[in-house]
Amino acid sequence: MPSLKALRTRINSVKSTQKITSAMKMVAASKLRRAQQQAEAARPYAERMERMLRALAASVTDSPTAPKLLIGTGQDKVHLLIPVTADRGLAGAFNTNVGRATRNLARKLEAEGKTVKILAVGRKGRDYLKRELASRIVGDVSYAGRKRIDFTDAQDIATRVTALLQGGEIDVATIVYNRFKSVIAQIVTEQQIIPAPPPPEGEAVDLGGATYEFEPDEETILAKLLPQALAIQVYRSLLESSAGEHGARMTAMDNATRNAGDMIKRLSQNYNRARQANITKELIEIISGAEAV
Amino acid sequence: MAVSLEIVSPEKLLLSRPVDMVVIPGAEGDIGVLEGHTPMIVTLRGGTIDLYEGDKIVEQLFVHGGFAEVTPERCTVLANKAVPLGEVKKAEGEKLLAEAEAGYEAADKSNTAIEDEALDLIQLARSMIDLGH
Repeated sequence: MPSLKALRTRINSVKSTQKITSAMKMVAASKLRRAQQQAEAARPYAERMERMLRALAASVTDSPTAPKLLIGTGQDKVHLLIPVTADRGLAGAFNTNVGRATRNLARKLEAEGKTVKILAVGRKGRDYLKRELASRIVGDVSYAGRKRIDFTDAQDIATRVTALLQGGEIDVATIVYNRFKSVIAQIVTEQQIIPAPPPPEGEAVDLGGATYEFEPDEETILAKLLPQALAIQVYRSLLESSAGEHGARMTAMDNATRNAGDMIKRLSQNYNRARQANITKELIEIISGAEAV
Repeated sequence: MAVSLEIVSPEKLLLSRPVDMVVIPGAEGDIGVLEGHTPMIVTLRGGTIDLYEGDKIVEQLFVHGGFAEVTPERCTVLANKAVPLGEVKKAEGEKLLAEAEAGYEAADKSNTAIEDEALDLIQLARSMIDLGH
């Protein structure tokens, strides 16, 4: 049986832990709201870009000079994996899930005889993969200490990926990230970004029989539009992942707060029992002392 | 009798309103868009977008390149970055021009795509200097 003093210290320490976790939950909730708004605001651009891509792709795809971003290098040998994780932990299985999915995917590809390269986005993912796949990591990006993600961050990543592709160092690129489904559910998603997936089907713009004119010409526009579309996809997954991170942290901290509450309850019960036992013992001593006189 | 104009940047929807006419800075020259314009997809250079109501310019924005889609009813501008014209600073343009020129010197001239990109940046910087204050 621990002493009363030890129990008291224990209760106090759990109480302060609970204060921290509940504060972290609040912070995550407000950051989540901001991240969701940011994701919401990015949607119109992506939608309109898809519409343009559809119009362009319709008139270019079969040309042999179509850019590499759209059709790939025609090979399937070197895969670049881009796991997107957070820079901080304490978010449940959020980071581990992406890490594990990336590791499994890398193993599977290597078993098929392909080469794997990894561009790790986020500190946690890099640390996780460093343990087993250190030799495959070709670069990493981290946003530790940053308030929000800007489009330029996504552009930087896209530029690096494009440079690798143009340099003939990779054939296929896949991004692995947590898709934000709801506050409690983030789904690990593997999305191929090079060669570009066909733009999702959508209602065709009704031009009343007319066709688009292109200025300068289709291919020049496509050459400019594709890197932008790639950056948009990266940007989207960064935003999804950041919303997911805060959602996961909120859930994790909510659980931690509740667990701390349970623990405090149990410890206080023990403490009260011990105190009562002491009092009873003292009373018995006094009474038996009085009887002995 | 209006074109519905939308200006979007990757980070948010910047502007959405009907205008009588809009002039956009196409890569190969300014394009005036009225209702019923032929469908077009164009790339933009750095320059101003002028919003007209009647014969008067009611608003001017400076875009840092991008794309535009024109259909008979609407005009959608996908801008890499857009700011009100009043916020364009000459000093920033000069700084960018110095960087762009250095970038052009360093650029690989055998690759036309890279060279074009560097030239576009110089052009953007020059128009910032012309239009800024």
